[in-house]
Amino acid sequence: MAAVATQTAPAPAPIVARPRRSFPAWRWAILLIAAVYFLLPLYAAIRFAGLHAFGSVVTQPGFGSALWLSLRLGVVTWVITMLLMVPTTVYVHLRLPRLRRLMETITILPIVIPPVVLIIGVLQVMPLSLRSTPWLLALEYVILTMPFAYRALDAGLRSIDVKTLTEASGSLGAGWLTTLWRVILPNIRTALLSATILILALVLGEFTMASLDLQTTFPVWIVLFDQENAQISVAASIFALVVTWLFLMLITVVATRQSRRTGGGEVTLFSVAPRETIGN
Amino acid sequence: MTANETTANTAANGTAATAWAGIAGGSRPGTSVSLRSLTRAFGATRALDEMSLDIEPGELVALLGPSGCGKTTALRIVAGFEFADSGEVLIDGRDVSPVPASKRDMGMVFQSYSLFPNMSALDNVAFGLRMRGARTGGRRRQAAELLDMVGLAAQARQFPHQLSGGQQQRVALARALAIEPRVLLLDEPLSALDAKVRLQLREQIRTLQQRLGTTTLFVTHDQEEALSMSDRVGVMRSGKLEQVATPDELYSRPATAFVAEFVGTMNRLPGELSGDGTAISVIGLTVPVQPGGPASGAVDALVRPENLTVTPSETGDGIITVRTFLGAVTRLTVRLSGDTEVVVDVATTSAADLTPGTAVQVGLPAAPVLVAARES
Repeated sequence: MAAVATQTAPAPAPIVARPRRSFPAWRWAILLIAAVYFLLPLYAAIRFAGLHAFGSVVTQPGFGSALWLSLRLGVVTWVITMLLMVPTTVYVHLRLPRLRRLMETITILPIVIPPVVLIIGVLQVMPLSLRSTPWLLALEYVILTMPFAYRALDAGLRSIDVKTLTEASGSLGAGWLTTLWRVILPNIRTALLSATILILALVLGEFTMASLDLQTTFPVWIVLFDQENAQISVAASIFALVVTWLFLMLITVVATRQSRRTGGGEVTLFSVAPRETIGN
Repeated sequence: MTANETTANTAANGTAATAWAGIAGGSRPGTSVSLRSLTRAFGATRALDEMSLDIEPGELVALLGPSGCGKTTALRIVAGFEFADSGEVLIDGRDVSPVPASKRDMGMVFQSYSLFPNMSALDNVAFGLRMRGARTGGRRRQAAELLDMVGLAAQARQFPHQLSGGQQQRVALARALAIEPRVLLLDEPLSALDAKVRLQLREQIRTLQQRLGTTTLFVTHDQEEALSMSDRVGVMRSGKLEQVATPDELYSRPATAFVAEFVGTMNRLPGELSGDGTAISVIGLTVPVQPGGPASGAVDALVRPENLTVTPSETGDGIITVRTFLGAVTRLTVRLSGDTEVVVDVATTSAADLTPGTAVQVGLPAAPVLVAARES
């Protein structure tokens, strides 16, 4: 009989203790306070409105037209803002990098100037034919959203080497527009989505300018309707909040997934994590 | 270097011939490039100062120099990314100064990784062909051939972030060559890579360039790269070309002290010029002087380490202080009287007795030496 070699069992792999993530009690406390701060008003609002109010929000008079106007304004504002800000931001990055600080200062002005002042000024100089149309409001929203759009685009352009990519594209025969469309925009897709989220969120929630321009946008409708039926009005507010939140989550998840496919990082509103690379 | 790259390089050598035959078949004859009195200033700094250079069709010329000498500015002017304040760039005798970069038909490989992150390796290579209106099938086939040629056929569908630095630069090279450029411009394409990958890639670039016969301008600050890859090397300093010569000539007959000291290792030995300035007395020997240097005043003789000799001698004027083994050659540092230090290269086989502390006599051949004004 052949000798049977005994084989010793391999030694068990040493158990490597995973460092436990410490989450001390004070952090839980802060989290709890923040949660209460945000969720308590929501709970109070839902309690006040009653669940039955949510079912009848969409059937209220003026709901559809106000929401449609806000959506149209969102789209028009997005188109104008993108047409203005994308080429400008790319141009500043490429040709006038020294002006970036100035651009940041200029684009922050709409935040520091109160909307009331802005509207009164605009109404003084705008032709009468434009004053009574929603298009004027769209133009005002372009100014309002400019700081946010600029910062989102700026963050995206900082995450890529715009100059080298543009020159590489140019040396291969691509003109300026082709380079913008095929090389730059696809690589700042996440920043474009961030800008889109911010623009739509701002436009869908803006009240002061719309009210002073006498346009019944969705937020204005909510306030007006509040005088008739406060419960429905609160339900509409929560409805708008949930829809906007879902919309933002959806875009963030999709953008992060697309970004990771081409080596980009997680998408947040004002920053795009740098691309991953492997060594030499 | 990754295992992929080793395999890829082997594959490249095997498949390049067949892949290349098709691409080279359609290539245009070599293009001449002339830079005429190019001047470019950035504020008070003159990046280029009346720089002129002629590149023959099919030639690979390297511009070598320290940072800020103007070599990249010159390349970018040829590419069309910068404009000269005065002077002209002639391609096959035609001034292309007013022609935008996108119409110049020049392939460029950049120092930083310049692949389009949103496109696969194949789409990157096919991009230039797409801009030229090539049909989808044709351009994808040609792009695949080029990737095969640089040994990256298997990585065609990968995105740049999935490729190593060396692989990215090879894709960038394939992309630049895909458009069958009149001139290939290389802007320090190897400087971001590690030593092994750099060595492999520079051999690959040179082989491909010679097969295709593409006129190439190559910018580098690495003298080893410049000397090993180029037909001619132009050494630049302060926006001017100090010397344009073959690597051999540049090393053995440098035209100026700057070139002599920038290319390779050079010793400075204090000396005294003869009255007529045709000979110099240095380390007790009198040797003729190469024309072109200062004819009077305090000067140093410039001598390469391999041109000096050392002989053990109790009465010698030097002492070996450091001995460094470099393979076939051993480098000795010798302190001479007057605290002058020189380095001397000797064959390792005859360096057994030359240990630190040994008294030696340093010798100099009777060949003419280059002299330069003494540095304070």
